[in-house]
Amino acid sequence: MSAAVAEHDDHDDHHHDDHDHGPAKGLLRWIITTNHKDIGTLYLLFALAMFFVGGSMAMVIRAELFEPGLQFVDPAFFNSMTTMHALVMVFGAVMPAFVGLANWQIPLMIGAADMALPRMNNMSFWMLVAGVLLLASTLFMEGGAPNGGWTLYPPLVLQPITVGKALPFAIFSVHLLGISSIMGAINIIATILNMRAPAMRLMDMPLFVWTWLITAFLLIAVMPVFAGAVTMLLTDKFFHTSFFNAAGGGDPVLYEHIFWFFGHPEVYIMILPTFGVASTIIPVFARKPLFGYASMVWATASIAFLSFIVWAHHMFTVGMPIAGELYFMYATMIIAVPTGVKVFNWTATMWKGAMTFETPMLFSVAFVVLFTMGGFTGLMMAIAPADFQYHDTYFIVAHFHYTLVPASIFILMAAGYFWLPKWTGHMYNEKIGQLHFWLSAISVNILFFPQHFLGLAGMPRRIPDYAIQFADWNMISSIGGFIFGASQLLFLYIVIDTIKGGTGEKVSDEVWEDAAKHGLEWTLPSPVPYHTWITPPTTVPTEHVLDIH
Amino acid sequence: MSTALSKKHTKLVRILVLVAIAMFGFGYALVPIYDVLCEWKWIERDRPNDIKQVSEAAYKVDMAREITVEFITTLNESTPMEFHPEIKQLKVHPGEYHTVNFYAENKANKVMVSRAIASFSPALTSSYFEKTQCFCFSEQTFQPKEIKIMPMRFVINPDLPASYKTITLSYTFFDNTEKSVNK
Repeated sequence: MSAAVAEHDDHDDHHHDDHDHGPAKGLLRWIITTNHKDIGTLYLLFALAMFFVGGSMAMVIRAELFEPGLQFVDPAFFNSMTTMHALVMVFGAVMPAFVGLANWQIPLMIGAADMALPRMNNMSFWMLVAGVLLLASTLFMEGGAPNGGWTLYPPLVLQPITVGKALPFAIFSVHLLGISSIMGAINIIATILNMRAPAMRLMDMPLFVWTWLITAFLLIAVMPVFAGAVTMLLTDKFFHTSFFNAAGGGDPVLYEHIFWFFGHPEVYIMILPTFGVASTIIPVFARKPLFGYASMVWATASIAFLSFIVWAHHMFTVGMPIAGELYFMYATMIIAVPTGVKVFNWTATMWKGAMTFETPMLFSVAFVVLFTMGGFTGLMMAIAPADFQYHDTYFIVAHFHYTLVPASIFILMAAGYFWLPKWTGHMYNEKIGQLHFWLSAISVNILFFPQHFLGLAGMPRRIPDYAIQFADWNMISSIGGFIFGASQLLFLYIVIDTIKGGTGEKVSDEVWEDAAKHGLEWTLPSPVPYHTWITPPTTVPTEHVLDIH
Repeated sequence: MSTALSKKHTKLVRILVLVAIAMFGFGYALVPIYDVLCEWKWIERDRPNDIKQVSEAAYKVDMAREITVEFITTLNESTPMEFHPEIKQLKVHPGEYHTVNFYAENKANKVMVSRAIASFSPALTSSYFEKTQCFCFSEQTFQPKEIKIMPMRFVINPDLPASYKTITLSYTFFDNTEKSVNK
């Protein structure tokens, strides 16, 4: 009886607790929003902006390296560019882009109404912005931005000549970025563990959700270690501690150990969600369930575990006992096993599939091929004695760019093409999308493949000038870089165009043929309403897990 | 949000925040762990500050072998000093005691506390290079413009594996005035 009265009252005063209200009006919406879709959009747009900021820095680097000699910038600024390019791309572009995807997609995919902690979600986005702005502000400081490399190795970054006033700002920026990603990770774990639709068991979850769950645990485990390492730098510089100062009993090599204890899991933080998106897109366009779902989950977990015990392969040349070199060499090589399982599964998913090659699929197939190449060069460098030749040359630069650009970045592009029609209700322009893909796929190889040759020939990384023998391949690499950079403007155009209406074609709820078999998000209307899954779905698509149940 | 769900969230978030804080502590715990691991015999790693003074033992001199010992000196950053060995190279027999003098001069007009840090190449020879007397055992205090001739007395343990023919000993002088407790 009393319930009926309450319901009646609610009906009369229509202004409270109405779940169908849309977003708040005006700009303030974006500042105070706690809606997972709004925050996801903010993350993605911010990451896109930072992708162009970090990309411009890469253009400065490639312009300076176009020819031997010093043409455009002085060496200190060049080193600032390599340092800032890395920091901006890692912490400002790739990581936030995946957090943005997680915000948009995880609640849709698991049938939750929002993220578990919506207000903390808002806070972690704005702390990210604060952190990146703080980092960017160092560009305008006396002495310039940090230029000792993104790894911030002492004694380099502690010497006055390499860092003016920028170091403390860079360190506080790292603290903010770290807190932001830890809060994001906690939110994602709480959402996945506590808010799945009742019908969805852990082994029913889409691979993207699985990879993010594991990534979130990696973030919580290693971001605080990095925060600790930079705090030690800070106290060494300003508070007379001697963690890394040999004269005071410290050891700079200790920093390398702590840094790479964070740094190696960090590279998997950037690649595991990539695997998740690829495992989501490929089955849709191969029109088959994902091959080996359970092995994909276990491979992801194994890679995450192994990432904690291989860090010193980044420092084979620093001086280690033979036992250490051998241990880290073999442990690193083991990672090729679960990674190989993944590549095999993607290939097997495509095998005899009724494949079509829309832009998201093109980017995903290119990812499988080019990421595998990046993985192979990684295996080469895992061989400790061989690494003495590759260490700190352009070979390592080529290696990690292959695992980040045609892997993480390509998959982020694929994710954009794949889900934008769902989010906006508009279809992107397929012709321009394909043009964007082919320009990117060809130029990225012109850009990075020659760097293997440069590295094998002995060209060191992080130098503004080089011996004349490296001139030809550097010029080719730079030309590839300029084409790649310019091609990304097409992506910017497509994103804006699609948001504003795209081709004008009305997309169906599924968007892609039979996509609803592959994920819950495709059973929702297009564009996705502002509030979704107020009541959780009663059934979940099981095609992707058919072979295990 | 139902209270049951928000309770679940609170519990989980509390655990995860504790994990994050613990991992911050773990970063610091790596400092002593690193020191302990480097002490282990099988790690075979030389730590610059572990080069300890040993008492003069009588070794049987191995006249059959001759080891070349080289001395290198470096100044860290802008340490205002002059610092070099009086001889750059020495041929010694394992088990034989030698003394080498190092010249150090404070070029600054202020008291300076400096510390010399040793490094060996090949690193594994460090445990066979025994010093009975060295300026590197402790911090050195220099009066303004003071010149010091600093001896280093050493012996190479005859157990040194036969594959080693040359040992390079490098000293880096650090200006430690600001951080020193002895200023």
